[in-house]
Formats: sequence, C-alpha cells, structure tokens
Amino acid sequence: MEDIRKKIRYNKFWNYIFLICGLTATLVGLFLLAVLFIDLLIDGSSRLTIKFLTSFPSRFPEKAGILSAWVGSFSLLFVTALSAIPLGVAAGIYLEEYARKNWFTNIIEINIANLAGVPSIVYGLLALGLFVYFFKLGASVLTGGLTLALLILPMVIMATRESIRAIPNSIREASYALGATKWQTIQWHIFPYSLGGILTGIIIGLSRAIGETAPIITVGALTFIAFLPSSPITSEFPFISMRWLFDPFTAMPIQMFNWVSRPQKEFQINAAAAGIILMIMTLIMNGIAIHIRYKFRKKIKW
Amino acid sequence: MVKGNIKAEVRNLNFFYGISQTLKDINLSILEKKVTALIGPSGCGKTTFLRCFNRMHDLYPHNRYEGEIILLPENVNIISNTIDPIEVRMRISMVFQKPNPFPKTIFENVAYGMRVRGVKKKNVLYETVEKSLKSAALWDEVKDRIDKPAFDLSGGQQQRLCIARALATSPEILLFDEPTSALDPIATSKIEELIVELKNEVTIIIVTHNMQQAARVSEYTAFMYLGEIIEYDKTEKIFTTPAEKLTEDYITGRFG
Repeated sequence: MEDIRKKIRYNKFWNYIFLICGLTATLVGLFLLAVLFIDLLIDGSSRLTIKFLTSFPSRFPEKAGILSAWVGSFSLLFVTALSAIPLGVAAGIYLEEYARKNWFTNIIEINIANLAGVPSIVYGLLALGLFVYFFKLGASVLTGGLTLALLILPMVIMATRESIRAIPNSIREASYALGATKWQTIQWHIFPYSLGGILTGIIIGLSRAIGETAPIITVGALTFIAFLPSSPITSEFPFISMRWLFDPFTAMPIQMFNWVSRPQKEFQINAAAAGIILMIMTLIMNGIAIHIRYKFRKKIKW
Repeated sequence: MVKGNIKAEVRNLNFFYGISQTLKDINLSILEKKVTALIGPSGCGKTTFLRCFNRMHDLYPHNRYEGEIILLPENVNIISNTIDPIEVRMRISMVFQKPNPFPKTIFENVAYGMRVRGVKKKNVLYETVEKSLKSAALWDEVKDRIDKPAFDLSGGQQQRLCIARALATSPEILLFDEPTSALDPIATSKIEELIVELKNEVTIIIVTHNMQQAARVSEYTAFMYLGEIIEYDKTEKIFTTPAEKLTEDYITGRFG
C-alpha cells in the first residue's frame, strides 16, 4: 500500500513539474505580447486620431498620416484574396480528392510544405523577375497583391487540405454509396464541411500578408506616396475602373519602416501609432478567424 | 437448395487487393425480396464481398475484380469495367457499420439521394422523405423535427435514418454491413425488426458478426472462411444441420 502511494506521489510530482513548465511557457508568450502592445500604446497613443487616418504622409510629422498606407494595404489584400483563395482552395481540393497518391503527388506535397517556409524576400525576388520585368506589370497594386498571393498560396493550400482531411471517410462513402459523383460529393459535403477550416487558414494567411514588408519593397512599392490609387468607381460608363490595379502603392508596414528610419523623434511616434493600427487590424482578422472556426465546429461534429 | 426468383447471380468472383487475393471463386445466387446473411470469422472477406455489389472498391486504388455479378432481370454484369460504378450504386444502396449521417438536417439526409438524381421539386422530395422515414420506422419519432440536425438523434435513430436515406432512392438491393455492431440491444432489435419488414420491398444482403442475428433475420445464410464460401443454404439448415464440419465448428463457437 505504502509503495503504491509513494509511486503515485512520484508520478504526480512530474505531473506538477510539467504543469509549471507549460504555464510558464504560455505566460512568457502572453507577457511579451502585452509588453509590446502596451509599449506601442504608450509611444503612439497621442497620435491616434481620426486625422491620422485621413491624412497623407508629410515631411511634418504632426501633419503626417497613414491614409495612403491603409488604403494601399486594403487594395493589396483585395488582390491577394481574389487570386490566392480560388487557386489555393482548388489546388487543395484537387490534391486531396482527385489526385492519386503516388511519388509525383508526394513530391508536390513536400514542395508545397517547403514553399510555406521560403523566406518572403525570395518571393519578392521571384515576383520582381516575373511580374515586374517579364509581364511588365510595373510596381503596381496588382504586382504587390499577386506577390503576397504567392506568399500565402502554400498556407491556403495546406489549410484546405488539412480541413478536408479531417472529414471522416465514412461521409464520403455515404455519399458515393448513393450514386453521387466526385463533384457532387465535394459540392455538397467536402467543401461545406471543410469551409470553416479553409476560411480560418485564409484569414490567417491574409493577416500574415498584411504585415509583410520585404517582398513588396522588393517589387518596388513606394515609401512616400501622397495620393490614392484611382477610384474603382467612375462617373462614366462602364462605371467600374480597373486602373487602380496599375497604380503605385504603399502599405502599412512600409510606411512604418519609412518613419522608423528617420532621425526625428516625432516620426517614431507616428510609426508606433501606425503599429498599433496594424496590430489591431491583424487582431481583428485573427478574431474573425477564431469566430468562424468556433461557429463551424459547433455546427459539425463527427 | 435455393429456390425463388434470382435477383443477382455471382459467378466465379475473385477479388484482389494488389497481389493478395481476398475473395476466391465465389458462386452464389441472391434471391429476390429475401434476406441473405453473410457470416464468418473476422477477416474472412464477408465485408469485401458485400462491397463488391455496389462497387465501393472502385473508390480506392489497387483493387481488382474478376468474374461476374449478374444483376437480373437485365442480365448485366455489374462488376464489368464497361459499367459505370455510379450506375451500380444508383441501383444498389448500402447501410454502413457505423451510423454515418451527414451533418445536415434529417430532411436533407434522406433527400440527398434524390438531389443527386436531380430531383428539385419540393413536394416530390417531401413525399419521398416522408415515405422513406415511414419505411425506416422513424417517421413518428422525427416528424416534428425533420429540419433539425441529424446528429441530435440517438445512435439507433441515426442508423434508421441511414436506412431511410438508402431507401429513398428505391434501390433494388440493399446492403447492410454489420448495421448493429455500434448499437445497444434495444436499438439492435428495432433494426432487426425493420430488416424483416423491409424484405417485402427490397432484396437484402446483410453481413453480421452476430450469428443469432443471422438466424433471426435471414432466410438464407452463407458461411465464409478465408475468402471462400464454405456453405450456402437456407438459414435454418445452416444453423441446425450444416453439411460442412467447418460451418458446424463456427456456429457452435468452436472457433472464430
């Protein structure tokens, strides 16, 4: 009896040791994030006004704002989402549901995983050669958006595959056993049931894209820009203009980088304020991702 | 020994997974509107055999059929390469081991087979769903909540829902792959009653681990061992005076 109690005490001891390690690790992460955010808030809160959001950058720090930066970031995200989502989701579905498992698809699989780990500057170089010089798209919103799309494409593909893989095979068999084709099965079951995971992956990918600096600097984003891309809606027929796609752009992280690299203290404050807004943007996007995941998880249980 | 209208005739059926042969030279007649049970120890190939009937093996690579399963009265070989597996599955439905409803409403689960066939009219869908749920003895329990998620049902109800789903497309043969192995005794007896009831409408083939179940629900029983049919006869005969020593050993519990 005493022996067993001793053994249990010993086992519990290690249980507690791990509990403490795990808790510490979690708190370190949370603590650092909190310190970072509070530090930014202290530095930048004085500049957090509506005027900051609606002003163009300026050489006078107190007049400078992030209008062109956030409009640029959202234009980029729009292009990125529109190109990366259909490509990535379709590729993910193809690889999971249609492609036969052989050495060739194995190589594709390994390469997609590798692509997710390629440094973002390398994507910038690729895009510089491909979009800017080969397709002659210039340092435009389109180029920047496509570059970021390349960057998050592996993430979208992997998120799609992972969430498709989570669907039990019995669901597929149930559908096929009723005479459904592959496409009917995908359309009515595979896609809707994996949508939560896919959307989560997409949003996390996009929230990474919004903070990327290196690749869009490489393709030639401007660091100082005092005008907006042309409006997508015009007063003349056909009322929709695609000219904004070919306009030069800047983005939030580039604007921050520009300000940080200046010697004046006031510009550093601007950079901190822009940082707060960028962080809030990503927090909101991740929040939406978590909400979607929760909503879908609640609806579907296996 | 086997008398009645033949619905399907299995001739020299061999089945290969890669290089390993899992079904060996199977010959068997399935009678129309009767229940045929497949029994045998684990790994004897009874599920593999069952899944040949609706070409489920075509979903996975490295599977190969040899021989014929002739579906009557058209006299078509449903495992021939020239027949589309989808066509076969439209005519021969299946109920699986574990209840596998779709994470949709009860109505959508039953209506799915009709939707696959392109039926869009609300009233046709509704009538079929009601009729199928009645045939599956589930209507009274769910009629007030057919727009509720199927996962809200109990395990036994879910399995009856899967039966309704399979019935909705009026299959010619209904395959059951150990339909009660995941259910409690009360749910099991409900499913068994249902199977006995259903044979008036449809030809049934059922794989079961449970020999009492085979004895209770089926008219004909095939005993399989190591991928072969050892004995196939009237259920009564198999369980009272089996011709083969192996069958007798199995049903008396000496192995398996």
